[in-house]
Amino acid sequence: MQAFTTHKGKIAVLDRANIDTDQIIPKQFLKSIKKTGFEEGLFFDWKKKPDGSLDPDFPLNRPAFRGASILVARNNFGCGSSREHAVWAVMQGGFRVVAAPGLEREGQKIPAFADIFAGNAVKNGLLTVELSADDADRIFRLAAAAPELEGEVNLPSQTFRVSAGGKEMVFHFQIDPGVKDYLLKGLDEIGLTLEKKEAIGGFEGRRAPWLTPSPSTR
Amino acid sequence: MGKTLFEKIWDAHVVGELEDGTVLLYIDRHLVHEVTSPQAFEGLRLAGRKVRRPDLTFATMDHNVPTDNRTRIEDPVSRAQVEALEENCRDFGVPLFGLGDPNQGIVHMIGPELGITLPGTTIVCGDSHTSTHGAFGALAFGIGTSEVEHVLATQTLRQKKPGTMLVEFTGRLQRGVTSKDMVLKLIRTIGTAGGTGHVFEYAGEAVRRLTMEERMTICNMSIEAGARAGLIAPDESTLAYITGALRPYAPRGKELEEALAWWKSLPSDKDAKFDRRITIDVSDLPPQVSWGTNPGMVVDVTGRVPSPGETPNNSPADVERALEYMGLKAGTPIRDIKLDTVFLGSCTNARIEDLRRAAAIMKGRKIARGLRMLVVPGSEQVRLQAEKEGLDRIFRDAGAEWRFAGCSMCLGMNPDQLAPGERCASTSNRNFEGRQGKGGRTHLVSPETAAAAALAGHFVDVREIMKGA
Ligand code: SF4
Repeated sequence: MQAFTTHKGKIAVLDRANIDTDQIIPKQFLKSIKKTGFEEGLFFDWKKKPDGSLDPDFPLNRPAFRGASILVARNNFGCGSSREHAVWAVMQGGFRVVAAPGLEREGQKIPAFADIFAGNAVKNGLLTVELSADDADRIFRLAAAAPELEGEVNLPSQTFRVSAGGKEMVFHFQIDPGVKDYLLKGLDEIGLTLEKKEAIGGFEGRRAPWLTPSPSTR
Repeated sequence: MGKTLFEKIWDAHVVGELEDGTVLLYIDRHLVHEVTSPQAFEGLRLAGRKVRRPDLTFATMDHNVPTDNRTRIEDPVSRAQVEALEENCRDFGVPLFGLGDPNQGIVHMIGPELGITLPGTTIVCGDSHTSTHGAFGALAFGIGTSEVEHVLATQTLRQKKPGTMLVEFTGRLQRGVTSKDMVLKLIRTIGTAGGTGHVFEYAGEAVRRLTMEERMTICNMSIEAGARAGLIAPDESTLAYITGALRPYAPRGKELEEALAWWKSLPSDKDAKFDRRITIDVSDLPPQVSWGTNPGMVVDVTGRVPSPGETPNNSPADVERALEYMGLKAGTPIRDIKLDTVFLGSCTNARIEDLRRAAAIMKGRKIARGLRMLVVPGSEQVRLQAEKEGLDRIFRDAGAEWRFAGCSMCLGMNPDQLAPGERCASTSNRNFEGRQGKGGRTHLVSPETAAAAALAGHFVDVREIMKGA
């Protein structure tokens, strides 16, 4: 995976909540047996009109967002299926960072990112930044006023700097220390686990025999 | 202090704690299908790694397969994916239930059918609806492709311990109201992110009374509420399911006795603590119908399409967008919504009991004129059983199409798709934009409600039909 320390780039905003994985990468793009070539499918049904032309009303098609590498959206980003293709599409579409707000509604916490998406993101070196609801509102307001936003994400100091038209805002974000370390080092998780081979073998030796199936029909 | 069902399974599978604060969790069963596995096998090849436990790994093909024939996949890209799975299983020694095999079917159908799914085990699959297997008291959850590769290589996963949430359903369901309606009501209540970071345990009188197949429907949709997994403690029904039919991979004899001792100890202790709880009384629950573009956008069949601002879990902007996509006006009675298509299928509701209940409603009747209905058994086992019972005839005589097993129109990765603007009552689990075909409009319902709607051509309260029967 790609390690992550700092990243500087243009910001694109997509003011929608519950963006599900079927929208991030529609199912017709899941037939590939490769890990590349998914940029074409990113937000395909939103970015293209039925006749195949680009839909100018879809925010990410705006010229101001062309070449953006930081995406800001609303809560529960990446809900739906487990498809890692969603993370591959976001990254191959040019993004290194997705930021979204967690929410608090009637005492209940609504997360910024769906569980499986967030897990898949880490494994590929895509940084997911959880913002506060207020901070996200500020970014969306700024985006509405200024055509182009620049962002700078610093993982070691856990800061997200947003600037536009001479204005600048700095947000601090929280991140799980294990995830942070993993991203900073760009570790090969399987290789690390394989170093625990003995512990795994020992565990297998203690497993009850019925847990290993011996099919009666084969 | 006592432990929850989840904690008992979790603790029994911890290989060790890791430096990064996660644990290494042993995986008892790894289910594999053609869509999320090719890149994982490729990763193994590139690194020169093997599958550690092919005897704990099981593969089938379901998403891409055509359901109108068993021999020809027209789309070359789909075919390549299916062939890649065949080759990977051959190369790595993984058993495959392929096309034409009497045990082929949707991956979450065949696990329980074959006795691969057992209480107290950990089960993963590169598919979010792996939560289905939780109906047996197994800790079962979906993983991404990198994790598929990790499990193939190490038979373990690095996991952070999730929280627990007790979901208690009290009361007794009315006739014609189902476990599908229970879970739709739950998602409607807590929202599509309401369970994020948690594992549900479903309990209460209404859950205990459900058959295993009905329990699978509820657990299947746990992920639609954002939960990692959904569990139901094993009981007499669970045991009867495992031992009551030929389940080739289930333990027998002395091994079964050993397993039983552990299964009996699994239910949550009385003094176990859950991080959160919710109680829903189902005594007066009407059949549920989704009106929007996420599985939390749901109302009673007796209700109306809501207006922006009326649904606490969705912002007014989201509701407006959904109404526009769905081609619906706020205030329209659900019963006035006319349908083009009815889909009875998917890993949520395509088991034999689902087909029996739908057939009982449709027997001797015809589907509405101009409407198309697809009945797609979730597995070949279910198809063969249904044909033995003559259910296929009932559906065919009513004017529906009868198919081979697969995911079919649950997601349009195969030829079964909705056309733009086409409106469908579907027994599947997701009503996202374009899920069943670009521009297609999905309403999630139970098999009973789907069958009744197919006859009428629009939604009806199936309880009324069943009163007359
Ligand atoms: S039936 Fe639908 S939800 Fe189930 S595995 Fe297939 S595509 Fe996924």
